[in-house]
Amino acid sequence: MRKVAIYGKGGIGKSTTTQNTVAGLVEMGRKVMVVGCDPKADSTRLLLGGLAQKSVLDTLREEGEDVELENIRKAGFGGTWCVESGGPEPGVGCAGRGIITSINMLESLGAYEESEGLDYAFYDVLGDVVCGGFAMPIRDGKAEEIYIVCSGEMMAMYAANNISKGIMKFATSGSVRLGGLICNSRNVDNEKEMIEEFAKKLGTQMIYFVPRDNDVQRAEINRQTVIEWKKEAQQADHYRGLAKAIDQNQMFVVPKPLAIEELEKLLMDYGLMN
Amino acid sequence: MATATATKKKSAQWDPAEVKKELLAKYPAKVARKRAKQIMINEALGNETPEISANVRTTPGIITMRGCTYAGCKGVIMGPTRDIVNITHGPIGCGFYSWLTRRNQTDAGPDGENYMTYCFSTDMQDSDIIFGGEKKLERAIQEAYDLFHPKSIAVFATCPVGLIGDDIHTVTKRMKEKFGDCNVYAFSCEGYKGVSQSAGHHIANNQVFRHIVGENDVPKEGEFKINLLGEYNIGGDGFEIDRVLKKCGITPLATFSGNSSYDQFASAHQADLNTVMCHRSINYVADMMETKFGIPWIKVNFIGAHATAKSLRKIAEYFGDQKLIARVEAVIAEEMPAVTAALKEITPRTEGKTAMLFVGGSRAHHYQELFTELGMKTISAGYEFAHRDDYEGRQVIPSLEVDADSRNIEELEVEADEKRFKPRKSAKELATLEKAGYRFKDYDGLIPDMEKGTLVIDDLNQYEAEKLVELMQPDIFCAGIKEKFSIQKLGVPMKQLHSYDSGGPYAGFKGAINFYQEIDRLVNSKVWSYMKAPWQTNPQLSATFAWE
Repeated sequence: MRKVAIYGKGGIGKSTTTQNTVAGLVEMGRKVMVVGCDPKADSTRLLLGGLAQKSVLDTLREEGEDVELENIRKAGFGGTWCVESGGPEPGVGCAGRGIITSINMLESLGAYEESEGLDYAFYDVLGDVVCGGFAMPIRDGKAEEIYIVCSGEMMAMYAANNISKGIMKFATSGSVRLGGLICNSRNVDNEKEMIEEFAKKLGTQMIYFVPRDNDVQRAEINRQTVIEWKKEAQQADHYRGLAKAIDQNQMFVVPKPLAIEELEKLLMDYGLMN
Repeated sequence: MATATATKKKSAQWDPAEVKKELLAKYPAKVARKRAKQIMINEALGNETPEISANVRTTPGIITMRGCTYAGCKGVIMGPTRDIVNITHGPIGCGFYSWLTRRNQTDAGPDGENYMTYCFSTDMQDSDIIFGGEKKLERAIQEAYDLFHPKSIAVFATCPVGLIGDDIHTVTKRMKEKFGDCNVYAFSCEGYKGVSQSAGHHIANNQVFRHIVGENDVPKEGEFKINLLGEYNIGGDGFEIDRVLKKCGITPLATFSGNSSYDQFASAHQADLNTVMCHRSINYVADMMETKFGIPWIKVNFIGAHATAKSLRKIAEYFGDQKLIARVEAVIAEEMPAVTAALKEITPRTEGKTAMLFVGGSRAHHYQELFTELGMKTISAGYEFAHRDDYEGRQVIPSLEVDADSRNIEELEVEADEKRFKPRKSAKELATLEKAGYRFKDYDGLIPDMEKGTLVIDDLNQYEAEKLVELMQPDIFCAGIKEKFSIQKLGVPMKQLHSYDSGGPYAGFKGAINFYQEIDRLVNSKVWSYMKAPWQTNPQLSATFAWE
C-alpha cells in the first residue's frame, strides 16, 4: 500500500485535486482510502456526493471508546473508502490533537490492514504544517510520499517551501519523501516554467500541470468529481494524467528548501520575464 | 564502639571560594557562567549589598527545586482559603497532586463552610482537549454551585487549557452573572508561565485584588485592625499568631491567606495597617491596597521569639496608642519566660552547630532567626523562587530588569478609590514616625542578615545540594519534600520548611519552643551516625600480605 499525503496553502485546491485524482486512480482499478485531516470535514464531499460523512471525532465523542470501522468510514465513488477526521468548531479546542487521535484510531481499528486490500491511502491535510498535529500524517511513517499542491502565486510557493521544511525535518528521522509538486494553475505568467524551476531547486519535479478549467467548479456544484460528472471532459483527462503520473512515480526525494532570498529571486526572474 | 562510629569527619574549615568552585566544576562553561551569578559569597562591600542573579530561568537538564506557576497560584495563595470552591480546570493529576499537600490548617468557622478537604477538577479527557473544555468547565461550575452554594468559586488554568485557548474568564463571568449570589472568577496560571511558582503568586494577587478585595463594605468591629499578608497557616502558624495578636488587643481582620475566608479578603480594605510576612508572594497586594485604599504596609516576621516581639512592638508603635504599647509589653513579658527556659535547656546541645536553608521566597530568611536563637549558624541559604529584592532589599526594585518572562505576567494599573481611599495617617504623622526610625514599605532582604563568608545560592538544585552537604557538612538541612530523602541518605537530618514534616506551629512564641525542641531532636539524634556500617569507617582488622 502506498501512503500519500497532500499538503499545500489553504484554498489552493488540495481537496478538489485529491478527490479528482483519486477518481482517476479508481478508474485504473486501484483501491483507495481517503482520510480528510481538516476540521471542516469537507475532504470527501465529491466522492460521497455531499457532506454525508460522520467524522471520526464526532463518532468517538458520541459512541465513546466502542467504535467500529464501519461507523467511521463510508464507501464513495468507485468503492473508495472515505474517512473524515473532523475536529472542533472554529476557535475552540485543538484540531491538531484531534488529527493525532483519529489517525491512531484508524490504525487501531485496522483500517490499514493488508486484509483491506488497499492500494493507496490519501491524507488530505489542512493548510500549512501549522503544528505537531497537522504534521501527524508525515510522522512515524504514516504517509511516505508527499505531494504539494501549489500555483505560481507567491504565497502558494512560499507555503510549498515551508512545507518542504517540515518534510525535511521528518525525512531525516523517518521514511517520508517528497514526490513532487502538483501545479494547480491560476493562470499566472510563466507559471509552468516557474514551478518547474522551483521544483528543480527543491530537488524534486513538477509531477503535473493541471490547467484551470471551470468544469471543475461545475462538477463541484453537482457534488461530483469531474471524471464522474463528465467522463469525456478535457479536464477529466488531465486528472487521469495526474493519477497516472502519481501511480508511476519513481522520484522520491528529501527536499532542499530555498532561502527566502532565493525564492523571491525566482519570482522576480519569472514574473518580470515579459 | 558507638564513639568510634559517631566520629564523622567534620570539615569545619572550608573556604567559600573553594566550595563555589567545586559546585561549578562539573558544569559546561555556559551553564557554569550562569550559575556563578546565582552563587554568591557574602562579602562586605562597603555599604553596598553584593548583587545576585535571581528569578531567571533554570537551565534545562538541571533538577531544580522550583515548582510551577499553577502550584504557586492554586496551591500557595488560594489553597488555604476555606470557603472558596477551587476548581482545577485540567487533567486530573494537577488537581490531585495539589490537594492538601501544604498542610495549611483551617478552622471551619461558625458557618462550618470548608471546602479545603475537597478536590475539585474538570478531569479533562482527550476529547475535551480536541473540542475545547469550556462547556465542561461551565458544567463543573454549575455542579459545584448546585451542590454547595458557596460564596465564591475560583477556576485555575493548567497547561493544556492555555495551549488550546479555553476562554475561562468569559465562562466565569457568565456564570457569575447567572448565579447572582456567587463570585466566580478565573486565574490564567498555566504551569508553564514565568520561571517559577513566583509568577503564580503574582497572578493570584492580581485576581484577588481585582475580584474580591473591597467587595464587602459592611463595617468590621474591632480596635487596631490589621491584615496579615503572606502567612499561610502551615502546621497552625496562623493560629499561634492570631492568639498572640488577640492577646495584645490587636484585631486581625484578614490573613492572606492562612486560615482565611472569602469575607476576610472582601473586607480587608477596612484594616488600618497591612503587615507583610512573606514579602515575595504577597507584596503586590500590599502595594495595590496602599494605592487604592490608603493602607500603609510594614514588613513583619513572626518566625523567632525575638522577631515576634519586635514585630508586635512595631505594630504597636504604628498605632501609637499607649495602652496598646503597654499591653504588647505585658504580653511579651508573659510569653518570654517559657521561651527563655526552653532555650536555656536546649541551647547547650545546639550551640555551634550549623544549618543550611533553601526554601521559599522568605522562609530561608525568617528561619535563620530561630537558628540564631538556638546558637546555630546558617552557613548557606537561598531561595527557590525569590527575586533580587528578597535578597538585596527593596531598594533594587527600580533597577530590576524586565525580561520576556516577567513581561508575560500582568501588572495591574491601580488608582486611588474615589470613595474609599482614606489616608490612615496624616502626612505629618507619617513623617514623625519615619523620623523616629520607623520604616514603611521596607525590606532589606536576606543577604544583609547573613554572616560574612557564608554562601547565598539562588535556585539550588539537586546536584548542588548534595555537593554542598558533602563539602560543608551541615548539622541540618532545610528545604522541601523533593529534597527530603536525598539529603537524609547523605546522613544529614532534613527538616521540611514548606510543610514542616508533620510538626508545627513554629511561629510566634509557642511555635518557637516547638521549633527548638524539633531541631534539638533532629541534630542530636544518633541515628545519623549509624548510616554507615562500622567497618566502613573503622575497620576492626588490618593486615598485610606475608610477602609485603
